[in-house]
Amino acid sequence: MSKANLLDRRRVVSMLLADRDEALVVGGLGASTYDIAAAGDHARNLYLWGAMGGAVMIGLGLALAQPKLPVAVITGDGEILMGMGSLATVGLQKPANLSIVVLDNECYGETGGQMSHTASSADLVGVARACGIPDARAIATMDGVEAFAKAMQDVSAGPRFASVKIDSANLDRVLSSRDGVFILNRLRGSLGHQPL
Amino acid sequence: MHARADAPNDQAAAWPDEIFALLQRFDVRQVPYVPDAGHSQLIERVLASASMRGIPLTTEEEGVALLVGAWAGGQRGVLLMQSSGVGNCINMLSLTQIFRFPFLTLVTMRGEWGEFNPWQVPMGSSTQGAFELCGVRVLRATHPGEVREVVEAAAGQAYNACTPTAVVLSQRLIGTKVFTK
Repeated sequence: MSKANLLDRRRVVSMLLADRDEALVVGGLGASTYDIAAAGDHARNLYLWGAMGGAVMIGLGLALAQPKLPVAVITGDGEILMGMGSLATVGLQKPANLSIVVLDNECYGETGGQMSHTASSADLVGVARACGIPDARAIATMDGVEAFAKAMQDVSAGPRFASVKIDSANLDRVLSSRDGVFILNRLRGSLGHQPL
Repeated sequence: MHARADAPNDQAAAWPDEIFALLQRFDVRQVPYVPDAGHSQLIERVLASASMRGIPLTTEEEGVALLVGAWAGGQRGVLLMQSSGVGNCINMLSLTQIFRFPFLTLVTMRGEWGEFNPWQVPMGSSTQGAFELCGVRVLRATHPGEVREVVEAAAGQAYNACTPTAVVLSQRLIGTKVFTK
């Protein structure tokens, strides 16, 4: 079941966010949101606890509104499979400051580990490239993760996409806030926007 | 085949331009859409605009999520779609309650007022009910002369009071699609 040389999802996300500086980060429903919370709560984290398939589009709206800031979407294979058309929408808009990372464990970890389409047939890197995101990488090493983390800070050369094959082990949940209004207004506040 | 009985191309309606002017006044910046013939004039204005970004979608639910990101980043948006797309949005409409962000959508109706295509009727018939079940208020415009004030009221309550609002532009207004002469 477990394959060799798969990366640890918490180490991957910690490295992606270690030098995040001003970056805005959207976490997809499920374990990706726990990984982002585990790397440290931050006013510029937009955690999702639902809206499966919506993470990339939320990232796109943010990236278009804040073109000078790096925007990263960190999500899972099941979440992005549900919104795969959004990669075509990103490919058309070409937001230079948007980076998308899929933590690909080839299964639906939150619901019992059922196999996802990436386990045997779907190639998300190929999909991203074919949708008009030429910088689409299959990452298998922590060096690759480190290089992508650096690239994320460059707001002139995106959009970029990475699929990182990770171990499918279910880790202890690290729970972020589930209050959407709080999360959203905190992020807006960090950008200087007032609540209603 | 795609001609509109009430709005032939050589006689552009005034109401799409009135909507465009209102969107400008409310400082709308991101305009995600799935094309519809009833929205074509407005979409052209948006795509030609320097202040608005028209964003074609592959499916309407993308637009609901996009508007969350836009608002998180400090911009207002509006989602343009046809009634059949409303069903595609249902789970994503949860975001209007979760984030309490200003949600406005303008929906051109099919499946009513002399509809030729039976496949448009089921979703067209449940469009308003689906919105209301999801907590989205519905305001309807039936005649050209009322479009401006209906959209203005909708934009006001969506952007000023964060009341999720859909404007339904009736098929009587946009003209029944003509399939055969």
